[in-house]
Amino acid sequence: MNPFAYPLDTGYILQKKRSLKRKLLEQPGLIEKKIALLSGSTIGEIKNILELFLLSHGIKPTFYEGGYGLFYENLVFDDGSLTAFAPDVVYIHTSCRNIKLWPELSDDTTMVQQKLSAEYSRFEQAFRAALGLNCPVVVNNFDLPVYRLMGNREGSDFHGRVHFVRSLNQQLASLVENSPNLYLNDLAYLQAVHGMERFSSQTAWYAYKYAVSLDCIPYLCQSIANIVKSIFGKNKKALALDLDNTLWGGIVGDDGAEGLVLGNETPAGMAYTEFQTYLKALSQLGVLLNVCSKNEEAAALSGLARTDSVLRRDDFICFKANWEPKSQNIAAMAQELNILADSFVFVDDNPAEREIVRQYLPNVAVPELTCPEDYIAALDRNGYFEVTNLSADDARRNAMYKENIQRTQLEASFASYDDYLKSLDMHCQIGKFDAPHAERITQLINKTNQFNLTTRRYTAAEVSALMEDDSYLTLYGRLEDKFGDNGLVTALIAHRTDAQTLDIDLWIMSCRTFKRQLEYAMFDELVRRAKAMGIKTIVGHYYPTAKNLLVRDFYGTIGFEKTAEDDQGNLTFTFTGLDDYTPMCNVMDIEIVS
Amino acid sequence: MDQQSIFDAVQEIFRDNFDDEELVITRQTCAEDIEDWDSLEQINLLTAMEKKFGLKFKLDDVRGLENVGDLLDLIERLTA
Repeated sequence: MNPFAYPLDTGYILQKKRSLKRKLLEQPGLIEKKIALLSGSTIGEIKNILELFLLSHGIKPTFYEGGYGLFYENLVFDDGSLTAFAPDVVYIHTSCRNIKLWPELSDDTTMVQQKLSAEYSRFEQAFRAALGLNCPVVVNNFDLPVYRLMGNREGSDFHGRVHFVRSLNQQLASLVENSPNLYLNDLAYLQAVHGMERFSSQTAWYAYKYAVSLDCIPYLCQSIANIVKSIFGKNKKALALDLDNTLWGGIVGDDGAEGLVLGNETPAGMAYTEFQTYLKALSQLGVLLNVCSKNEEAAALSGLARTDSVLRRDDFICFKANWEPKSQNIAAMAQELNILADSFVFVDDNPAEREIVRQYLPNVAVPELTCPEDYIAALDRNGYFEVTNLSADDARRNAMYKENIQRTQLEASFASYDDYLKSLDMHCQIGKFDAPHAERITQLINKTNQFNLTTRRYTAAEVSALMEDDSYLTLYGRLEDKFGDNGLVTALIAHRTDAQTLDIDLWIMSCRTFKRQLEYAMFDELVRRAKAMGIKTIVGHYYPTAKNLLVRDFYGTIGFEKTAEDDQGNLTFTFTGLDDYTPMCNVMDIEIVS
Repeated sequence: MDQQSIFDAVQEIFRDNFDDEELVITRQTCAEDIEDWDSLEQINLLTAMEKKFGLKFKLDDVRGLENVGDLLDLIERLTA
């Protein structure tokens, strides 16, 4: 069992942290990140437990620990140590224990307004100083105070502390909404989920100055780690869903579609219906829904055809209703969607099926399902799909994958692959990085794993800096075809190392546009621009990771020569054929936009 | 719970917490004897003991705990 999945056994995590850490450090392919922790209250155990959760997502952190309670001083008056640490992420652990100017009963509205604005400004100033470090910054909002002088009136009267905290949280939400790189860790929500008595224990505060009691620190760290792993492109992407007793009550093959428990007439029916509604909403966020059920296809379809079924056949991309082992079905779906099996969450009420998938596909997330009323929590509380950036592409993702399946069907009817590509009526736009595309480019850089030659990650600030730097050559590519718009799917960053040499720092492409000659179109354009700059040699690198084997020989296939290989498997390639270069891409219409 | 079972359970907590299956504690064992036993760890140990014995320590209970013996006495007193 995965100790880092909901519901957490917090006592186990806290007590076994050393042996858990030892085991997690043995995983291959960990990526290293520097995390600065700033303190509004004790952070000792937060560091230890956050380390475990990050490791469970494949991220190996090294920490900078701010002085106790000194978040403001450490950030606003950095003695140089924080800047020198150069964090990849900053987490500022503040809470309502850090509010200094509370309203007094004798204050008039103006006075309370002034206090509110003074408090807000203090936190804002610290958060803005953190943003100056040019990396993602995760901040807490405020938990509710543990006592209420006036009782319920604290929530409505402007003198009330509850009212005061809620006003601060409103302002903080607007700040996060309007500040790129700033992310909200919703401490108030966590406190509500776990209950104030448990979450904000007075003993933990008086005795150890913990704003969050030890028992809830694992939940706090899970929440922070979800934000961090999402920023670094480690979210799950797809659901593999069982049908019987998962999306509806009963067995459709035995009970018939009319005998299923679904719809708002029965308590269990309501639970299944709301679960379906939740899944449908997830698909609108870009999560790919797929069926993975032991059933006859016709029976499976008859269940989804019920008038009260929220989910329809059309809501799913892959539809595996058969008698194959589910682990095989998931592997097959991963291949069809061109994503990694690791990107799946498998949802099945049957413990035996869950166990088989855990055994054969250990990196697939498999939440524990107990009863239908808890299904939503089993997905929701684990934060598999934590949203840190919401782009227009996310909303269209399901449609894009469906279009891809149509393309595959079309492919089968052509004699040559080139003829098939030409029949797609592809239109490609290539340009240099610019502000309107920067957010999507950053997102792509941080989540692309397969077609990624160097797996260098860049923050939004670093991408913006590149756009201003003349020694860099950047290209992005968008691709449309007759089935739809794939959006911005490829990017390349190169820099000049001397007058005649260009070095490719990064080259990535979304898996949904593999094998469309888009990589040729990008290289054709790179060569054209490099020639204009007087470049004679282009250098490319391949750095192996657990996920990018696909492109190990990529440079070799487009005319580079391998010139070096080290004992880590890092490869260097050189391309010198610029002078008599003939463009390779001849299957699409190419538009150079900038 | 008798003295021996309390002692065994406390020893188990120490072993889990410090990830050392061989660790042997005595009534005299104190923070200086175990490298990782600092004030932060003290909180963890106490929280684990609260869970194990179904207790809730008061602020007064956890003051001036010098060694394992003090911890054992406290648990014995509260579970009596």
